[in-house]
Amino acid sequence: MTIQFNNESFRDDYSFYNSERAIKRFPFPFHEDSYMYSVNMEQHRGGPVDSVYEMRFDVDEHYVSEMRDRAMVLADDPLRCQSLPHMTLAGWDLLELIMVSKSEDYPDLFELHRDGNKWRWINKPLGIDHSFTFLDEATLPCGPMEYITRQAQGDFAVLDQRDDNLWMDAGMVTTQADWSLDFDIGMNFFEWHAPVPLAHEKGIFVRALKFLMNIQQGAPARRLNWTMTVNPLLDTSPENYHKWGIQKTELTPQNIGAKQHLRVELQTFFRLPRSNALVFPIRCYLCSFQDLMGVPKWGRRLHRVIRDLPEELATYKGFIDNRPMMLDYLKDFDDGLPTSPGIWPELDTEPPLTR
Amino acid sequence: MSGAEKITVKVTEVVPLNELVTRFRFERADGGLLPTFSGGAHTVVEMHDGGITRLNPYSLMSDPMDQTAYTISVRRDDEGRGGSLFMHQQVKAGDEMVISFPVNLFSLDLRAKKHLFLAGGIGITPFLAQIKQLQRFNGNWELHYACRSAALGSYADELTDHYPNETHVYYDDEKQTIDLVNLLDGQPLGTHVYVCGPKGMIDWVRKTAAAEGWPREAIHYEEFLAPQPGKPFEVKLAISNKTIEVGENESLLEAMERENVDAPYLCRGGACGQCETRVIDYAGNFIHRDHWLDDAEHAGGEKIMPCVSRFEGKTLVLDR
Amino acid sequence: MSTFAFPPSIKSRPVYGTLEPQAGAAHMFIVDGEGANAVLDLAQRAPSMMQLAHIVYITRGTDFAAALKALNPAQFYQGPTYGAALPRIRRSLADAKMGLQVYLAGTEGLMGQAMNEAVIAGIPHTAIQTEHRGATARRMQCVHCKGITEDVETDPFVCSHCGLNLFVRDHYSRRIAAFQGVCIDAEDPGNVPVQKGIYE
Repeated sequence: MTIQFNNESFRDDYSFYNSERAIKRFPFPFHEDSYMYSVNMEQHRGGPVDSVYEMRFDVDEHYVSEMRDRAMVLADDPLRCQSLPHMTLAGWDLLELIMVSKSEDYPDLFELHRDGNKWRWINKPLGIDHSFTFLDEATLPCGPMEYITRQAQGDFAVLDQRDDNLWMDAGMVTTQADWSLDFDIGMNFFEWHAPVPLAHEKGIFVRALKFLMNIQQGAPARRLNWTMTVNPLLDTSPENYHKWGIQKTELTPQNIGAKQHLRVELQTFFRLPRSNALVFPIRCYLCSFQDLMGVPKWGRRLHRVIRDLPEELATYKGFIDNRPMMLDYLKDFDDGLPTSPGIWPELDTEPPLTR
Repeated sequence: MSGAEKITVKVTEVVPLNELVTRFRFERADGGLLPTFSGGAHTVVEMHDGGITRLNPYSLMSDPMDQTAYTISVRRDDEGRGGSLFMHQQVKAGDEMVISFPVNLFSLDLRAKKHLFLAGGIGITPFLAQIKQLQRFNGNWELHYACRSAALGSYADELTDHYPNETHVYYDDEKQTIDLVNLLDGQPLGTHVYVCGPKGMIDWVRKTAAAEGWPREAIHYEEFLAPQPGKPFEVKLAISNKTIEVGENESLLEAMERENVDAPYLCRGGACGQCETRVIDYAGNFIHRDHWLDDAEHAGGEKIMPCVSRFEGKTLVLDR
Repeated sequence: MSTFAFPPSIKSRPVYGTLEPQAGAAHMFIVDGEGANAVLDLAQRAPSMMQLAHIVYITRGTDFAAALKALNPAQFYQGPTYGAALPRIRRSLADAKMGLQVYLAGTEGLMGQAMNEAVIAGIPHTAIQTEHRGATARRMQCVHCKGITEDVETDPFVCSHCGLNLFVRDHYSRRIAAFQGVCIDAEDPGNVPVQKGIYE
């Protein structure tokens, strides 16, 4: 499998696009026709061939462009990447995990050669060939977490585990659903989730924390989360909200299919061996409404989910004002036929749209 | 699925250290590298002793960065149910065994400005790995190690030789004791205390530190309890719809596993909380032995930790 | 004496209690304004603590110096602002030993900033006693420009650094010792609701 990397942008002219292949493997987040919070964790040990679940760290056609966008965000605002002093060892853990995983899972794209602590890392898509000493920060251009996450899609929250809680003590956050690492760094699990409505009352976070603290070496886990974004904008940060917020008002019935994107986070969780920290990669996938509507099952289901979503959630996810226009668009793709369980497209078995 | 991932290993060394303690070295059976770990981690060792399967946790004491082998030290417990006796008497170099991936319930707080280690007897083992980890990163640490006698002081000589300034050894038979109040007094702000040893020692350290105004978060402790033998008892498992007998020399958890009941676990020593089970009904007395539930929960009769706790009485119905 | 019952809020928002005497080898009090009253109340209940106490009192226009000095603390400092007191606070914490108890009383801004110093010095935040007294104004950080505006009393308010109209969130960062302010008219520039008191 060779990946053809797109040359695209996630800002200004928004030339981002999904190929046919990318649409088919999009991680549609609704396994049934309604949505409510749940812990919805499963083991992260592969999945269907060429799905986003197959590899430990999915690399897709957006890789090179996403890394270019990340570099631009960091140049504008270096506070998007921070690591409290005790988290350096966890940063090395993460560097090792990603380098080993990617070189094993994508040997045609990445190579890792190790001779004791003398390591050589080759990243062909980004044109990097770097020799360094493992655990010696002086041999890297920046900290180990920053170094490797400038070469890995998705955001990364690195969590220290102590005092029966998880603490967000390091991270690389440039493709976030409207939360600020600079503000949240140092918070515990309940504190950084404090603004999320309804879930605390349902005990979701107590159960999720218990599950996460028991994730062990060699047994990673994953779940999906989602929100909505107008335009394929990766950096929907609170920092820049005063600049991008206005874009939410630019939807029209004519442009909504192309402009409105379902934003899905593939969240994975790995125990880091040397530090006993937990890394929480949050990988963002974007897909426009019009591309999603090519899959009849997704069209039917998205309409029903958005229609029936509690008001608090639509507000929290930031699309309450646009919901009527979304439903106006989506209703044409819901013919009332039943949908099959699970998130996969089922193109061969699901009936085509009947109107 | 219960427990951590498994690794098949070969025993490559069995070294008796003294009358009570023997060290075992494990290498991967397939010749590959073992996972790295963090100081304070343990592995759960599977023992097949005749028809009985036991899974006992032991602290990893080798260098966390060394992926060629793990070592553990096992203290013989003549009163116990036979897990340590099995290790001492049956396990030979060359044997294959199954152990779990490392799990850490006693990790270093890497923010600490200083790490103060207090070990009692075989409780020295997790500190051996933590010391190696801290040495690698120039950590600030100090060890106070109490043991019965020089003859039973596992690793006391090596530690004193390697780290003469950091190591302080106390022998009971020479009436040497840790002067805890004095030791705690004057430690710099940001010091963390770690204690591993018998229950009495852990309680003493926690109580003394609290009285001296040390915050709860600065005190870390670990004691793995071996399940104790006890009178057989019967338990009804509501979900699996089975009534099973827990034998004298097996734990409630082991009895459920014998009957193929899916019961979660991790440390099997009353520390991690994974096996916590809801009690639906009971008539009799619980023999709670875990560190997980608090006193109120022990008195409440609503929860039990089947890895180490038992029951005496007429009826026990569990939500499994 | 003014005490204020903060309405229930989200889990990142600090909750304050009443200062309680703790076991410990030394006691450090950092208070501003009416927070001095919390120390005076505590001293009534546990007068012997004062022999081991260091009181840092930031006046904020109040005059409790004589009353505090009359408690005979081991060390006493009176200063005009938190900024003026900070070098002394840091110096004291740098030398401190385990067993030191830290007590904070007064405004949220003072308690938050002093707590951050104590946490950096190695005391877990949960081991630090706090008691709110005096003004309910908030220390706010603008999430956009990162500038901090002290003593914010209204919602929305204008960022004193970048001039954006910000609404007052309850989301709170211990590390920054501030609540978060977020642009209120990003999706409809110029449409700014009428200002009202934060707790109105």
